[in-house]
Amino acid sequence: MAADDSREGNIIMTEGVTRIPSGCAISGIFSRSGKRMSGEAVMKSISVMHERSNGLGGGFAAYGIYPEYREYYAFHIFHNDNTAKIACEKFLERHFDIVSASNIPTRKIPAITDEPLIWRYFALPLKTKLASSQLDEREFVAKCAFRINKDIEGSYVFSSGKNMGVFKAVGFPEDVGRFYRLEEYEGYCFTAHGRYPTNTPGWWGGAHPFSLLDCTVVHNGEISSYDANRRSIEMYGYPCTLQTDTEVIAYIIDYLNRKCGFSYEEICDIVAAPFWSEIDKMPVAKKKLYEYYRSAFSQYLITGPFSILVGFEGGMMALNDRLKLRSMVAGTRGDMVYAASEEAAIRVIEPDIERVWAPSGGECVIARLYPEAFEALKGGK
Amino acid sequence: MAVNYIYPDCEVVRNYDRCISCRACERQCANEVHSYIEEENKVVSNDAECVDCHRCVSICPTRALKIVPTDHNFKANASWSKTNIYEVYKQAESGGVLLSSMGNPNAFPIYWDKILLNASQVTNPSIDPLREPMETRVYLGAKNQEVKRDADGRVIPEMTPQLKLSMPVMFSAMSYGSISYNAHESLARASQELGIFYNTGEGGLHEDFYQYGANTIVQVASGRFGVHRGYLDAAAAVEIKMGQGAKPGIGGHLPGAKIGEDVSRTRMIPVGSDAISPAPHHDIYSIEDLRQLVFSLKEATAYTKPVIVKIAAVHNVAAIASGIARSGADIISIDGFRGGTGAAPTRIRDNVGIPIEMALAAVDTRLREEGIRDRVSVLAAGSIRNSADVVKAIALGADAVYIGTAALLALGCHLCRTCNVGKCNWGIATQVPELVRRLNPDVGYKRLVNLMTAWNHEIEEMMGGMGINSIESLKGNRLMLRGVGLNEKELSILGIKHAGE
Repeated sequence: MAADDSREGNIIMTEGVTRIPSGCAISGIFSRSGKRMSGEAVMKSISVMHERSNGLGGGFAAYGIYPEYREYYAFHIFHNDNTAKIACEKFLERHFDIVSASNIPTRKIPAITDEPLIWRYFALPLKTKLASSQLDEREFVAKCAFRINKDIEGSYVFSSGKNMGVFKAVGFPEDVGRFYRLEEYEGYCFTAHGRYPTNTPGWWGGAHPFSLLDCTVVHNGEISSYDANRRSIEMYGYPCTLQTDTEVIAYIIDYLNRKCGFSYEEICDIVAAPFWSEIDKMPVAKKKLYEYYRSAFSQYLITGPFSILVGFEGGMMALNDRLKLRSMVAGTRGDMVYAASEEAAIRVIEPDIERVWAPSGGECVIARLYPEAFEALKGGK
Repeated sequence: MAVNYIYPDCEVVRNYDRCISCRACERQCANEVHSYIEEENKVVSNDAECVDCHRCVSICPTRALKIVPTDHNFKANASWSKTNIYEVYKQAESGGVLLSSMGNPNAFPIYWDKILLNASQVTNPSIDPLREPMETRVYLGAKNQEVKRDADGRVIPEMTPQLKLSMPVMFSAMSYGSISYNAHESLARASQELGIFYNTGEGGLHEDFYQYGANTIVQVASGRFGVHRGYLDAAAAVEIKMGQGAKPGIGGHLPGAKIGEDVSRTRMIPVGSDAISPAPHHDIYSIEDLRQLVFSLKEATAYTKPVIVKIAAVHNVAAIASGIARSGADIISIDGFRGGTGAAPTRIRDNVGIPIEMALAAVDTRLREEGIRDRVSVLAAGSIRNSADVVKAIALGADAVYIGTAALLALGCHLCRTCNVGKCNWGIATQVPELVRRLNPDVGYKRLVNLMTAWNHEIEEMMGGMGINSIESLKGNRLMLRGVGLNEKELSILGIKHAGE
């Protein structure tokens, strides 16, 4: 087992070998009308909270950035070397029809070093493979991403959704943004993360956002329910290899959404459920519903401090733990919705914010594209 | 001259400076240890009859009495202990099987004491249970993951039958017969007040206690004593007893002397007849048979009550639990080898089964590996001594625990381990009316409520320290545990890391 390696001396404890708690900064920007913005704003926002990170991890999720390839799954993959790349590409070719494969453009900057090979592939599952797997398309893609991450040594899929992408590295988030030339991308939603781990992760895959298909999570906190959540979600085909809170939160959200069919609002009621003292006062029907959530899905209750931003196709969700043990502020102006660890991170990009509030513990804030904007995103016109 | 091979284990020490010859000890001792010598106005004691139950010590108004272990011993011998030698003497005399009561007292490892809990420091905050909600409510039963919706897309909150517990502790199975009416009343009333459950054991349910049915788990054991429709209807859940931690693989024997009018009516057997539970259920010779009994009981209760299957922790417990989880049972109860008993053959009690900590960890791990952990709740029993044991059991993977011995201690039991004799001076493990009267249910139930309330506070404190404010986030949360002084194999079975890792 990998955990034993850490005792041998000089080997750095990487993500997945040991569990590393971390504090963090998060920020998210969302245009409900689907207006496409450059990545400049989100970089500016997260850079205000420089003190909340320590240069050991930063990253972004961007939605609506690949309209020309919106039908295709966009795989962002780290390869440690060419051997890994060849093995990984062989696997991809066996399972997917790849319409584009290229380097992700980066800019050399002194603050970001030791980069792996960073590749992007636009692809669709091979029809025959998909049919014989008897899985639906998204499950097939998710399974393939798991396979690569687990079985192909040196390759790591860090983004696998359609018309969206994750960009992350070891470094301060604003440097990571520059490195990835984020200002050159245009999307309707960006989330960002700056990390303050208490140990040296030393590995790019461990940075946030964490993603599966189009669902991405950035997270600030250290959840106390981690191992209870992990051991439960692993039963349903989500091997947790990174030992991070973010990974387990992302899988829980994916499971409850994609496998159980819960809406994001319902997911909030499960992972940040109301206290029994509140439930006991509810009208009968509502009480029964929450009692059901808290008994049948009790293993997905998340306790301990967290504030998360979840990006998904056409939406963004902000959520705090039920005691609000981590700061998070939300704001709106016109069609724009903002959420960040600190109000300053919103005001720096929108000084004329119309409404700013601190969502209470367990209260989810969900921004969604207006229906016509969603239509347009899906290629209606 | 007759030779007496057995020297008493303990000596009754009376301080004659304090003794006022009130003779309370004499009146209170059902074993007739104490007697009064009129001419000398002096109370004397016969050590040979003393069971070390401390009744006389506890009621002596001048604290004139104490019971001490005798210092009389054999020549030191690491292999042949006094116990080993005396057991040979007893069997050479009687030709019979040795009997014992309560749990295995021998010096096997107690893993609870080699596991330590975590607490928050810096990276996340601990939570103060005096200021913030701290939730210990538990629902026991299958956690069905299939979500149903109505025509309007609303979630239908449909659950398989569940038991709602205000805290993750219940009183485990102790039959009416093995313990007294007043003990049962205390357990039943405490359960009702606490919002938890007690378990009838295999001796049926006394008609007076049907009123506590909503907090009662009724047991169906191999003897089927007292099982009838009203019994099943009265209960909140039905437990099939396949085995008991103190005596895996064997049945039970309640001597006819304990089968008085009331016990006879409750058990539905004649007065004075021995109540013998067969070793196996004679309609269950394999797992598929168990499934039939599970569903027979579900049919009989119209699928409104959870069915619990209780097994002893034996070597292959993980595989057995996996079979039970697929048999339709809602809850599996695992009873460890230190679990208590009213009477068991000594050799069985002291040598059969495995520790609950190992069994629980193995079962939880196996059920998760097979992806069926959500199909059942898991109860751990057999040597839960305090609230820290409860927290550790839950973090290892239990949904809740059963306590037996701790509950009896709250009622006054002093662990003298002679329940099988039926002369319990504390009114617990006896059917003798004068003795039973000594246990006042008004007091007894209150002491049980106090104990559980205290434990619940402590559980909340420990959870708060870990930054957890709901018990479900503790369940199976093994990262909150660390082992001390355990070898690699033990750690790997328990699924925990060593302290410092």
